[in-house]
Amino acid sequence: VNARPDQGGALSLALPRGSLFGPCLDTLDRAGFDTSEPRSDSRALIFDLGELTIVTVRPSDVPTYVEAGAADLGITGKDVLVEQADRTVYELADLGFGRCRMVLAAREGSDQLGEAERRLGSMRIATKYPRTANAYFERVGRQAEVVEVKGSVELAPLVGLADGIVDIVDTGRTLAENGLAVVEEIGVCTARLVSNRVAHKLRVAEIDRMVGRLREAARG
Amino acid sequence: MSQSIPTGTRDILPDEMRELRAIEATLAGLFDARGYGEVATPTIEQSESLDAADGPGGSGYRFFDEAGTVLALRSDMTIPIARLTAHRFRPEEGPFRFRYEANVYRAVRPQRGQMREQRQVGIELIGPEAPGGTVEVMELLVGALDAIGLDRAVVGLGDSDLFGQVLDEYGVPADARHRLLTRLAAHDLVAIEEEVAELPGLADEQRRAIGGDALARASRRLADTYEGLEGAGIADRVQLDLGLLRELGYYTGAMFEVYDPALGHVLGGGGRYDSLLGRFGRDMPAAGFALYLERLHIAQAEEERLAGGDGS
Repeated sequence: VNARPDQGGALSLALPRGSLFGPCLDTLDRAGFDTSEPRSDSRALIFDLGELTIVTVRPSDVPTYVEAGAADLGITGKDVLVEQADRTVYELADLGFGRCRMVLAAREGSDQLGEAERRLGSMRIATKYPRTANAYFERVGRQAEVVEVKGSVELAPLVGLADGIVDIVDTGRTLAENGLAVVEEIGVCTARLVSNRVAHKLRVAEIDRMVGRLREAARG
Repeated sequence: MSQSIPTGTRDILPDEMRELRAIEATLAGLFDARGYGEVATPTIEQSESLDAADGPGGSGYRFFDEAGTVLALRSDMTIPIARLTAHRFRPEEGPFRFRYEANVYRAVRPQRGQMREQRQVGIELIGPEAPGGTVEVMELLVGALDAIGLDRAVVGLGDSDLFGQVLDEYGVPADARHRLLTRLAAHDLVAIEEEVAELPGLADEQRRAIGGDALARASRRLADTYEGLEGAGIADRVQLDLGLLRELGYYTGAMFEVYDPALGHVLGGGGRYDSLLGRFGRDMPAAGFALYLERLHIAQAEEERLAGGDGS
C-alpha cells in the first residue's frame, strides 16, 4: 500500500566458506548472478555482484552477521541455526541443498553407549553442537554429559574422551573410516536462507524478490 | 571483593551519560508539551500484579520480602502504569496522558550480550479508543523520532489479533495453533510451511490464500487507523505489516515496532492494550509506546556516521 522507497544500496548476503560455498554459488549462477570472482579469488572477503553484495564468513558466523544487520541476508545450514537458536534471525526458505543428518554415533560393534547409560546412568558425548545435543537428550529424557570440542569429533570415542558423538554426517564415510556407526538420527539439515529482522521489514519488496529468485534457482 | 558487575548490566560514564540525558530531555520536552505528565512507579511490585497482566513468566526476577510476599522487578512500564491508573484515578477523570523514563528488567539468555537492565522512555494514553487514540500515540512516536534526529526511522504497524483469529476460523487445534503462533512470532517461515502442510483441516487453497472474517476485521481496523495517520500527515512514515507480531501478551488490535535503516535492531514498539486495565478492575481502552534509550543513542550515532560519510 505504501511501499517506502528502498533504502538504497545492494542487498548484502552472507555466504558460508565451507562445504556449502560451492552449492551456494551454483544457486547464485542459476539465479543469474556472475560468480566468477568469488570462485576465483579465495582471499577477498567481499564481492560486488551488482544487485547483491556477497560477504564470505565462517558458516557458524552467518547468524551473527545477519542478526546484527551487518548482512541483510545469509545462507547457512539448519545445523548452525539449531545450535544458535537464540540468535534472532528470520528463517525465510529451505533451499534444499547441503542435505546432511545430525546423528548420535558410537564405535561400531560396541555397546559402550548403552552400557554407560545402564551402569553409569549417563553417557559422555563429544560434539561441536553442545546445545543441539543437550536439547536432544533432554527431549528424549536421557542423561548425558556433553563435552564440547572444536574439531575432529570422531577422535573422542577412540581415545576415551567420550562414549559417543553427536555430529553431522553427509555420506558417513568419515564415520566409517574411524570405525564409528550411526546409532540414532537426530534430524535432517539443509541450507536455509535467513534475513535480518529490520532489513526484512524495511526492504521487504527487494527481499521477497530475492527470496523468490534464490528459491527457484535452488530448486532448478 | 569482586570487581565485576552482573552480566547484562553496565556502568555509564559521563560522556555517554550526557548524550543519553540529552535524548531524554528532548523527548521529555516534547511529551510535556503534548500534555503527557511524568509518573514514576516502584522498581519492585507485587509479583501478583505483574503476573495478573502478563501471564506467568512476566518478570525474570522474583524474590521474597521479610513477610514472605513475592515481589518482582518490573519488565516494562506499561503494566505498572496500568495498575497506577486503575488504583489512583477514576475513569471519568480521563483521558490520562502519562510519560516515563525508567529502567526495566528482563531475563536474558546466557552469553548473548543481552541487557538485564534497560532504560525505556515512553508514553501511555489511557481512555481514547481506536483509531483516534492509536493515531495520537503514533503521531507522538514519529514526532519523538524526528526530534532526536532519526527522521529516516519507520514505524511498522500490524494487528495483534489477526493470526489467532484466522487460525480459530480455520478450526486449527489448540496445540497446533500455539505452535504456529510461536513460529509466526519467530518468523520461522520454513517451520510454518512444514506445520501447515501437516494440518489435516487446511485445504490447498487455504494454505495459499488467507481470507475470511478475521482478516476482513483486521484489515478494517488497520484501514481506519491508516486513514487517521494520513490525516495526521505521518502515513509515509508508517509501513503496514500484517506479519508483525510482538512477544508481550497484553496487546489487542494495533501493534507497532520502530526500525531505523542504520541499525539492525528494533528501537522500540508499542500498541493498543484495551483489556489490560480491565484486569486491574477499570475497563478502559489504552495505547502507548516505549523507546529503548540505548538503542536510540546507537542509531543516532550510526546516522551521524552515515551522514558524515564513511570513515569520518
